[in-house]
Amino acid sequence: MSAATTVTLADLTRMLRESAGEEEGVDLDGDVLNVSFDDLGYDSLAMLQVIGQIQREYGIRLPDEAIAHTDTPRALLTLINTIGEVPQAG
Amino acid sequence: MTAAVVTGLGVAAPNGLGTEAFWKATLAGQSALAPLTRFDTAQYPSVVAGEVKGFVAEEHIPSRLMPQTDHMTRLALAAADWAIGDTGADLRQLPEYGMGVVTAASGGAVEFGQRELENLWSKGKEYVSAYQSFAWFYAVNTGQISIRHKMRGPSGVLLTEQAGGIDAVGHARRHVRKGTPLVVSGGVDAALCPWGWVPQIASGRMSTVTDPDRAYLPFSTDACGYVVGEGGAIVVLEDASSARKRGASRVYGEVAGYAATMDPAPVTGRPSGLRRAAENAIADAGLTPRGIDVVFADAAGVPELDQAEAAAITGLFGRRGVPVTAPKTMTGRLLAGGAALDVATALLSLRDGVIPPTVNVRVPAPAYGLDLVTGQPRDTNPRSALILCRTDD
Repeated sequence: MSAATTVTLADLTRMLRESAGEEEGVDLDGDVLNVSFDDLGYDSLAMLQVIGQIQREYGIRLPDEAIAHTDTPRALLTLINTIGEVPQAG
Repeated sequence: MTAAVVTGLGVAAPNGLGTEAFWKATLAGQSALAPLTRFDTAQYPSVVAGEVKGFVAEEHIPSRLMPQTDHMTRLALAAADWAIGDTGADLRQLPEYGMGVVTAASGGAVEFGQRELENLWSKGKEYVSAYQSFAWFYAVNTGQISIRHKMRGPSGVLLTEQAGGIDAVGHARRHVRKGTPLVVSGGVDAALCPWGWVPQIASGRMSTVTDPDRAYLPFSTDACGYVVGEGGAIVVLEDASSARKRGASRVYGEVAGYAATMDPAPVTGRPSGLRRAAENAIADAGLTPRGIDVVFADAAGVPELDQAEAAAITGLFGRRGVPVTAPKTMTGRLLAGGAALDVATALLSLRDGVIPPTVNVRVPAPAYGLDLVTGQPRDTNPRSALILCRTDD
């Protein structure tokens, strides 16, 4: 079955703020879709925290090797909305 | 030998946020001891605490640091900001490797740790914060202060329980003497959660009296244990000559002497090492007991410990030979933050020439022979202070 999850940029920025806060001088409400997480002020631990929140809220699993290549909000949203695995019931 | 002087103070205490608010409350004898509100104490025998109230973390802590810091670390970061601001130093003009951080800790960030353990056991590992990896850690205050202010010089953390605040300052002085011009030191602690509360109760020395004005009465015939509080102080030590060179606006005082001793095993029957620690610290300062104008007592509030401390003081200074005070009667014992707050209080006492009072104790037990400053501050223009502290064994 395919994942029915649709996560928007607004969802993602909300979770980024909740999980890891917002760097001074960065406006997550601006045009950040293609800005690297690094430039947005998020280190690997911050990403671990926000990935954890995404997985809990949407009940999906994001494979570690796929996450390693998602360095912008656009890439992460694409990953979430295409290959986010919905755990099978039972 | 290079003199290590204190050029900045930052206080986060139950009876005052910020140095001047704290000092004003302390001179006025305003106690912050009250029934604990942070969690439900119904099932615990001890219910009085010194809570820091009115601290709005978001006003002091950047958004990125909020999810990764415990209450304890937020208080420490705020106090460090105040202390560094107080020095008037422009840190960008100082070399990164010439600035260090040495703070004291006791149990680490137990409130953060308790929350994440609860998440682990009640919801599963997916619910544990990634920041648990370091946010609970003993060295976290030192680390966060170091990162925030880009201080890459010699740094560390000392875990010597309630003596930690002094040991950290002693160690910071060592770094200054070895050539680090500026070291941020002191200690801020906060363990007002069940996980922090239970080990204190287990010591058997925590007061179970429910009246906040009667719960912590060191050196009194009614002494019944101690009350725990949260907070502490951050102090900035500098090499005296480099402080002078950068045009430091104020020097609160010099850390002139420091010493620590270990108590002998109880089975030996030998006396505690407190008097020897005091003697060594006074000698290290190049002074004699006659040169000490005020003693800030450890003030355990436990009869046998009060007696041992009184014996050490009168042994050195004679009966009623020196004014003794315990302003911590207004805050409770702040674990790793307590002795650091005493350092800040002593320096303010020297700055303003006034000894703050011990509150709630009307008269000390006569047998102790102490000249305890009670009720009102005393204007005796002290020039040097001795600060005593002990760890729980």
